[in-house]
Amino acid sequence: MTDMAMGATAGVSLGIPQLPAPDFPADARARLEADAKEVIARYPGSRSALLPLLHLVQSEEGYVSRTGIRFCAEMLDLTTAEVTAVATFYTMYRRQPSGDYQVGVCTNTLCAVMGGDQIFDELKQHLGVGNDETTEDGKVTLEHIECNAACDFAPVVMINWEFFDNQTPESAKQLVDDLIAGREVRPTRGAPLCTYKETARILAGFPDERPGAVEASGGAGPASLAGLRLHKGEAPSRVVGQRGGSAADFGDQAPTPSGTPSPAEHPSSHDAPSRTAESDPAHPADPVADNANQEEGE
Amino acid sequence: MTVDSAEKLLAPVLSAHWDEAESWTLASYRRHDGYQGMAKALAMAQDDVIAYVKDSGLRGRGGAGFPTGMKWQFIPQGDGKPHYLVVNADESEPGTCKDIPLLFANPHSLIEGMIIACYAIRSNHAFIYLRGETVPVLRRLHEAVREAYEAGYLGKDIQGSGFDLELTVHAGAGAYICGEETALLDSLEGRRGQPRLRPPFPAVEGLYACPTVVNNVESIASVPAIMNRGKDWFKSMGSEKSPGFTLYSLSGHVARPGQYEAPLGITLRQLLDLGGGMRPGHRLKFWTPGGSSTPMFTDEQLDVPLDYEGVGAAGSMLGTKALQCFDETTCVVRAVTRWTEFYAHESCGKCTPCREGTYWLVQLLRDIEAGKGRPEDLDKLNDIADNINGKSFCALGDGAAAPIFSSLKHFRAEYEEHIERGGCPFDPARSTAWADTSRTEAHA
Repeated sequence: MTDMAMGATAGVSLGIPQLPAPDFPADARARLEADAKEVIARYPGSRSALLPLLHLVQSEEGYVSRTGIRFCAEMLDLTTAEVTAVATFYTMYRRQPSGDYQVGVCTNTLCAVMGGDQIFDELKQHLGVGNDETTEDGKVTLEHIECNAACDFAPVVMINWEFFDNQTPESAKQLVDDLIAGREVRPTRGAPLCTYKETARILAGFPDERPGAVEASGGAGPASLAGLRLHKGEAPSRVVGQRGGSAADFGDQAPTPSGTPSPAEHPSSHDAPSRTAESDPAHPADPVADNANQEEGE
Repeated sequence: MTVDSAEKLLAPVLSAHWDEAESWTLASYRRHDGYQGMAKALAMAQDDVIAYVKDSGLRGRGGAGFPTGMKWQFIPQGDGKPHYLVVNADESEPGTCKDIPLLFANPHSLIEGMIIACYAIRSNHAFIYLRGETVPVLRRLHEAVREAYEAGYLGKDIQGSGFDLELTVHAGAGAYICGEETALLDSLEGRRGQPRLRPPFPAVEGLYACPTVVNNVESIASVPAIMNRGKDWFKSMGSEKSPGFTLYSLSGHVARPGQYEAPLGITLRQLLDLGGGMRPGHRLKFWTPGGSSTPMFTDEQLDVPLDYEGVGAAGSMLGTKALQCFDETTCVVRAVTRWTEFYAHESCGKCTPCREGTYWLVQLLRDIEAGKGRPEDLDKLNDIADNINGKSFCALGDGAAAPIFSSLKHFRAEYEEHIERGGCPFDPARSTAWADTSRTEAHA
């Protein structure tokens, strides 16, 4: 009872049926519908097109709005509840408008240890934002990400899901400065950056039509060729084997300086409860947040 | 170290032409016998192709090591239902980084393997389920599939064989659990990626409740070379039970991280010798043989043959051959805490032991890492891990328990040290990739 009373005073209306989400404007709707039909035709069962269609609506609005969910539901003859259940399960679907460039720092164990934690901390300070927050100019959304299958290039930063390998705090700060200044940014593996919306369209299954996009950055990254080069007798000479050499015992390590936050307090905590429709009233897919489409996020 | 030893110990097959300027193109792939294995397979009877792959001894490269040909054989024939091949390219296991570079540099090896597999199991529609967070790979898969259609390797009446195949590239949306084959199938059907209870197995009721083979990228990509160069050539590498070549991914505090394609059974000591060892001035502390879900090893297992039997006998699993190496600057409690946070985040929530257990493991581990743990917490960790292990639908729960069990076995003293001194004895700055270079190369 107390909770409900508090909710009521906070302006949340209870028990009133929610109005349907607004549709896309007619021209956008026609364009998306043609795309959606093309996607659906690729699958023996239409529902298989749901993940691509969620990428598609994200390519229109930059996130999955209630309008986007309604569109997917109508195209696939599902309820909006069914679509929402799927959209909220997968981390790549954004639930609020965010930046043109998603900067993801890998803080899974290997990258974190190799410096990903420090990169993430310094980027937060540099940009003045926290995890999953966007700079005021709407350019950069910063977040920590999970292992992105590039451990031999650690520490790894992904921008709009292109690979930026072997990063340092300095190189990562330079990257975001370039993004904010509008300078061209090229990944170590991948194509010159396009916006988050354009990336989402590729994910929906529409090939990148930009000339040179497929061949950009060459065949394989240097680490991918490590074994092949050795086999061909092209071994780089910079390295001397040290295994079994002078061994430092971990017991001799200096303790963490008192000013340094303990890793356990690192805010890249992965198990914070995911914001659900109930705990995240600002979530555009939330039945309670009726006018969420007009909201500008946090 | 000599070049001879690298020639003897390594066996680049899938990676043999990755250093070419446009290695991902059809033209480049054709220059290296591309689509020759397909031509040979299409000239054989379907059941003979299955038998041939089975005889080669190829085992699944996605972690479990199940014989690939046997998986194909399980597909019921003449049942009147459509059959499907789904390639699991949802590479997300922490440490695992082989399929993504393979698809980036050589996507046609997968497409050719899929044609052979589909012909064998009588499937006319195949899917590549690629994790969505790797757009550069998606771009090249789109292009490779387009090229293959244009060249008549996909579509109707492939190379005049009368065999038809449609291939759909499908991008996931960020969920580790979808690497589990039944969760992957649910996801591909447009649902939340949650594992299914087995039986029925996918071979009987998979995608759209039809017979389905789910294979890892590297497994399928290995098939064309087997068909083209012969099963005896394949079996001349590796051991009797673990024949062939495979991609080993060396990462972490090593001098030269990267992909090393070698016959099964090479040891970490040999790989480190080839790759220049650990980074200068440091020594190996712990490593995973096949990703974070495989129990960790220490320098005592340096000579374990990295094949299915060898790693199994040593108490872990070959997994994805993701050799994450950590040196003595790394806090094992920090490493395990972060992995456990990952499992808690990625648990789909279907099974209570995994959903609740990973949550409580994280609470305990964070306290221990921050120096707020109690001595009895270590037994509790072990107990909770024991209540997750083997008690959930899929292997995510088992994977979450593995780092707990193995780190407590090898490094219990380090956990105790955190508790006794009320904090972490390690300086994370010393583990970073630039920790040593900033001292020695400050002028650079």
